[in-house]
Amino acid sequence: MGIISRGFSGRRRPGEEDLPPGQYLTEGFPVLSAGPTPRVPTAEWEFSVVNEAGEAQRWDWTAFRGLPAVDVTVDLHCVTRWSKLRTAWRGVSLDTLFADVETAADYALVHSYGGYTTNLPLEDLLDGQAWVAFDYEGEDLAPEHGGPARLLVPHLYLWKSAKWVRSITLSHDDVPGFWESAGYHNYGDPWREQRYWDE
Amino acid sequence: MARAAVLGRVTWRVAVVEEVREETATARTLGLRVAGWPGHDAGQHVDVRLTAPDGYTAVRSYSIASAAAGDLVELTVELVPDGEVSPYLTQVVAAGDRFEVRGPLGGWFVWRPGQQEAVQLIAGGSGVVPLMSIVRARATSGSAPARLLYSVRTPQSVFYLPELERREHADTGLEVTLAYTRAAPAGHSRPPGRVDAGLIGAATWPADRQPTCYVCGPTGFVESVAGLLVDAGHDPGRIRTERFGPSGGTS
Amino acid sequence: MSSESPSFLDGNAAAGPLREIFAVDLTAATGQCAGCGNRAVLARARLYARAPGLVVRCTECDGVLLRLVEGPRRTWLDLRGLTFIQVTTGP
Repeated sequence: MGIISRGFSGRRRPGEEDLPPGQYLTEGFPVLSAGPTPRVPTAEWEFSVVNEAGEAQRWDWTAFRGLPAVDVTVDLHCVTRWSKLRTAWRGVSLDTLFADVETAADYALVHSYGGYTTNLPLEDLLDGQAWVAFDYEGEDLAPEHGGPARLLVPHLYLWKSAKWVRSITLSHDDVPGFWESAGYHNYGDPWREQRYWDE
Repeated sequence: MARAAVLGRVTWRVAVVEEVREETATARTLGLRVAGWPGHDAGQHVDVRLTAPDGYTAVRSYSIASAAAGDLVELTVELVPDGEVSPYLTQVVAAGDRFEVRGPLGGWFVWRPGQQEAVQLIAGGSGVVPLMSIVRARATSGSAPARLLYSVRTPQSVFYLPELERREHADTGLEVTLAYTRAAPAGHSRPPGRVDAGLIGAATWPADRQPTCYVCGPTGFVESVAGLLVDAGHDPGRIRTERFGPSGGTS
Repeated sequence: MSSESPSFLDGNAAAGPLREIFAVDLTAATGQCAGCGNRAVLARARLYARAPGLVVRCTECDGVLLRLVEGPRRTWLDLRGLTFIQVTTGP
């Protein structure tokens, strides 16, 4: 550990809340990105789910917005240590999107506009654990926060909630995504503090 | 480059604050003593690491303001609204305090005394810090003619003003032009405004002088000025840039 | 925190983490982008530093040149985006 600097505590306030280990509360909504913000007009937007046989289901923006959507309030935990509690989103559940998907695969690889990827077990996307969200706090999701639509998987670190989500491909193989292949944990459970791959 | 190859592994060292000087209402210069400091080139930077008692750390990069002088290193830090490290460095730190630095870093945005060509320095706000280390280094070891165009918001935002005025008269071949974007002093030759082609034409080396240009400041400023220099005929290969984050630091 | 799109820095801001691993300053080295073949000094590349790690991208094609993650007591580096790095070793 580095030498301690007198009087330094960072931005954090003592949390009355129950946070995962090593996290602190933030009041803002930090924008983190590994590259330029993609700009995807909804007229060109498409989301697809592709199973292990290559069979695809696709929705354009109109079809996607025609699906039943739900309001959810979730806590966000970023691996860079900030947490934001009780954030309000509106989105389509992955259970709805997967309703007609036939698959025996265990793993999902999520692809974003701009090239970002992240991987997770398929079972972590289902049973009310994940949404494709298009509305944050009552407004259209802004591009810097992942708009037109992003994945939201709040039980894992926020890097798994891929912004600018474009497709999910299913596979029998677990293929590490952008950060998972650069030192980060393959699963990323904040409550077990699974930040790096060898933890 | 050969010099960098001689150094061993560069990692965190303890920096002891020896002196704190106000530059403006929101910026201070910290005079640090870093045991074992190997010296540095003008334009280089350090990473600063602060550690809280519970092990929480924050790291930010700051340009070195001073020319090399034994184990003394000066940083000028500006308070960034909602920053995490700059409020500590500009409002809490006092002589005797310690934190860690990693450096010297950066082998490209540097000026070395062997450079013979004219030098054009263009600073936006706190981007003047590494350019000041170049001004200070060339005064003691170099004679390549230098022009500094320093763009700030208001007269209260200027760093190093007395020293720049003194050096303009004392150092050989240094010309300093201040430009204001929000409010200029009474009688200033130019009304407040951003750096534009007219100012570049009036206050900087012409392209046929083939200066090496160093542009530093917020990302938007650097993009704009680099574009103006290219428009004025400067070879892009002779333009070196150091972008601070949008708020003026790496946060 | 502003609502602007995250901006990028110059590659030279990655000098610190790189200098911990390499004996030379890599930001002054020239690299060739594996995506488009563009060659440039790494200090001129675009560094996205507001992320779980550092991502350096090609100014021509935005392809990822390198990724670096600093964890406690270890650093990960992926250089697959660079075909080569050219380092000056002598005058």
